[in-house]
Amino acid sequence: MKTLQQRLLTTLIAGALATSAVAAPDGKVKIGVLADMGGTYADLCGPGCVTATQMAIEDFGGQVLGSPIELVTADSQLKPDVASAIARQWVESDNVDTIGGLVSSAVTGAVTQVTNTSKNITLITGSASNSFTTKACSPYIAHWTYNVVALANGTVKSLVKSGKKKWFFITADYAFGHALENVSTGVIKENGGEVVGSVRAPLGTTDFSSYVLQAQSSGADVVALANAGNDTVNALNAAAEFGLTQSMDVAGLLVFTPNAQAMDPATAAGMRLTTGFYWDMDEKTRAWSKRFEERHGAIPSMAHAGAYSATLHYLNAVKAAGTDEPDAVMKQMKATKPEDFFARNAQLRADGRMVHDMLLVEIKPAAERKNKNDIYKIIEVIPADEAYNPMIAECNFSS
Amino acid sequence: MNKKLLLILLPLALLAPLVLYPVFLAKVLCFALFACAFNLLLGFAGLLSFGHAAFLGTGGYVTGWLMINSGLTPELAIIAGTIAGGLLGAVYGALAVKREGIYFAMVTLALAQLTFFLYVQAPFTHGEDGMQGIPRGALFGLIDLSDNMVMYYFVLAIFCFGFWLINRTVHSPFGQVLKAIRENESRAISLGYDVNRYKWLAFVISAALASLAGATKSLVFELASLTDVHWHMSGEVILMTLVGGVGTLFGPLVGAGFVVTMQNYLSGGELGNYIHIIMGAVFVICVLSFRSGIVGQLAKFKRDNF
Amino acid sequence: MASLFDINLFALFGQLLIGLINGSFYALLSLGLAIIFGLLKIINFAQGAMYMLGAFAALLGMQYLGINYWFALILVPLAVGLVGILMERFLIRRIANEDHLYSLLLTFGLALMLQGIFTHLFGSSGLSYPIPDALKGGTKLPFMYLPNYRAWIILVSVVVCIGTWWMIEKTKLGAYLRAGTENPQLLQAFGINVPLIVTLTFGFGVALAGLAGVMAAPVYSVSPDMGSNILIVVFAIVVIGGMGSIGGAILTGLGMGVIEGLTKYFYPEASTTVIFLVMVIVLLFKPAGLFGKEA
Repeated sequence: MKTLQQRLLTTLIAGALATSAVAAPDGKVKIGVLADMGGTYADLCGPGCVTATQMAIEDFGGQVLGSPIELVTADSQLKPDVASAIARQWVESDNVDTIGGLVSSAVTGAVTQVTNTSKNITLITGSASNSFTTKACSPYIAHWTYNVVALANGTVKSLVKSGKKKWFFITADYAFGHALENVSTGVIKENGGEVVGSVRAPLGTTDFSSYVLQAQSSGADVVALANAGNDTVNALNAAAEFGLTQSMDVAGLLVFTPNAQAMDPATAAGMRLTTGFYWDMDEKTRAWSKRFEERHGAIPSMAHAGAYSATLHYLNAVKAAGTDEPDAVMKQMKATKPEDFFARNAQLRADGRMVHDMLLVEIKPAAERKNKNDIYKIIEVIPADEAYNPMIAECNFSS
Repeated sequence: MNKKLLLILLPLALLAPLVLYPVFLAKVLCFALFACAFNLLLGFAGLLSFGHAAFLGTGGYVTGWLMINSGLTPELAIIAGTIAGGLLGAVYGALAVKREGIYFAMVTLALAQLTFFLYVQAPFTHGEDGMQGIPRGALFGLIDLSDNMVMYYFVLAIFCFGFWLINRTVHSPFGQVLKAIRENESRAISLGYDVNRYKWLAFVISAALASLAGATKSLVFELASLTDVHWHMSGEVILMTLVGGVGTLFGPLVGAGFVVTMQNYLSGGELGNYIHIIMGAVFVICVLSFRSGIVGQLAKFKRDNF
Repeated sequence: MASLFDINLFALFGQLLIGLINGSFYALLSLGLAIIFGLLKIINFAQGAMYMLGAFAALLGMQYLGINYWFALILVPLAVGLVGILMERFLIRRIANEDHLYSLLLTFGLALMLQGIFTHLFGSSGLSYPIPDALKGGTKLPFMYLPNYRAWIILVSVVVCIGTWWMIEKTKLGAYLRAGTENPQLLQAFGINVPLIVTLTFGFGVALAGLAGVMAAPVYSVSPDMGSNILIVVFAIVVIGGMGSIGGAILTGLGMGVIEGLTKYFYPEASTTVIFLVMVIVLLFKPAGLFGKEA
């Protein structure tokens, strides 16, 4: 009996309330920042990404389309399921227009699954995988800051060309690490090098000793760390402890400024790496970084600077388009070139990839550092069109 | 008493999504079913499993994989996920029920860790990335589940089925024997009952229903991930059951509602970091002075005062 | 070809040695757990949290009080032991007469709280503690470069484990302890303060975890979840060794470290799981564990 009642009611209510899952533009812009607030990547794009987004909103004037811009934030805990559930609630129930921050490719993958369907723009500023503009591309993605291709085209190419031919990988065991290893392997082979082995370590590994040992017995010239955040720092520490740095080069393929600061200069000095931004590049970067440091307590990472740049570009597009309707906003974002202290020679391509000049830098030895923030020497500017992967036809959303 | 309670609860459950976010409610129901399944074992057979996450996760992965790859309709995929979890439960149960107390808990934990390892390694789960983009599909090929409201009522129907099944099991002769074993195992043996067989069957039913919860959850969130197989999840379901009331029918439902709500409201804001502190404190308080849980205490209060 | 073989053999020895280092931590932690369970019948799921507490105490002691590593090695176990004593006296004792599983749930809750508090205060990303100057550098072995600090870990662990085992099995104090678990009423009748012995034993078991925490601080990053990650492994070791068997816990701890090292060489992905496989097999064929007495 109870099941009959229930069925009747179910049909009635479901019929009366069936609404479309796609959010309608309401003229009020609400930005959600989903980042790692306390985990392995918290220093790269955690509270700092919130601060940077906040600064962009303030610099823009705090309101657009006649209403104040709202900001909500949440901790992804670096877990795809947590992030996916938050993103879903944001776009379906809380009227969030766009989601920014997004560090860890696993998290970003789960979030874009939701936002691509709901047609909400994502401003990816912390993740590295190139899949968001290739096999998982969408007209609603804008991938800012950097990606694995740019990293490999910078760091890996320059090392192979300098004669380091045999490579061993210590790879973070999830989407990002796999992508970085794959793309780097391609670059190594193209330039006449070879990969002699690789090992995969779970995200958040604290003891890298057994991986370092494997690397040591591989006979490689370079041990590449295809991981990020504290994983990179811990791996480098283990490499130093077990004497690996005396016989081989260690290359951190993805190093953010807070990690470079955390490394022992004695081991890290001379390491070359690719970054999308360095605070001490010129007057414009210094000016913004100083403001950021005053609020955040540390110099900005490239993800922080990217979060600012992406948010500002998004807000400018909303203003120019006169609506928060995602298709119109994205069209506007792709039509105008982003230009600020971060985005140099930049363009948001039709596939959602934001290309801009990248920097190849070298970590300074302790003796050359003027203060604790003075960590990189800029070796080379990699032009935007050389740094990034070419657009593939399936992802051309220009029409 | 239970009938009256149902008459109040059911309309509430039916009307709730008008006020609250349906995906949140569906999540509560999935965990409530999971906790009810767990409670069948702990509350009615006296067996503390520390590895029930293995079944939640298995249901999710199997159903998710079938939805992505096979083109089955959701109800068939869920049934398949439930059966897969039940089979796993049959194997694990056969190994575990030979042991008692802490050893039973440890065997289930170890088996769940082996399962976790398999899922980390198996390519089809996509490891840390999780199995993403599971389509919700169309129920019986007719009713599109992509609408959250429709999905919620589907989940509610599944929950009601699971709850009904547990209720029937507990009140059946089989359930009476389980309780006899819980109270005094040697007496049950001397009465001629094949105790291990009863425990095993309870384990299988519990595992299958836990998988049903996991299967449903993977459709609600369109995602299955390692979180559901991790041993923390096995701990969480103990907490839910303990808070709500071990060995009561409605306890796990209340406990799951309590824990999920707390997680949901704490995780968003500034209080996110407090979640473990609060959950730990709840655990401690429950064990020290509240062992019969919310529902148990209410029942006692009612007995004493009415 | 010969050189290829050599390299592989060297790598194997290297992994075994690293396994032995990890095993030293396992032995210290499982020893504490085995004492607490064997003598008191308390299932202490907070042992991992106490290990974490030890590492943080060393780190904070250095940052705020200027306590160096060597003093921390003495002071931190005492401090952590005191926390354990308070825990036993005010919380665990209240459920002393309930099912053992309730002590598991209670300490699980305490562990969650501690982990939550430290995550709240320090984030979950992990902090680093410097290796003391005297133990920096390393020794070149034929098959690998052994950092001095890692050798130190093995040394301390073995000394502490043997000392503890000797104290419990061979001294008069140990005899009281063992008698107290067999028949507390009788021992009480002889005029010995049994509740005090219980409290102190718990404190000692927990202090061992605190010591392991100090030892771990310079090599593993100090983070709030370092305890929960190692806890279930250590639990498995205690179960494999036979719950309550002191010698069993020590030997199994070292042995499992070595087995992990072997697995890292042959099938690295399975290294975190192999212990559970062993545990299932042991429990199926020898329910009381390798060194446990059948009840």
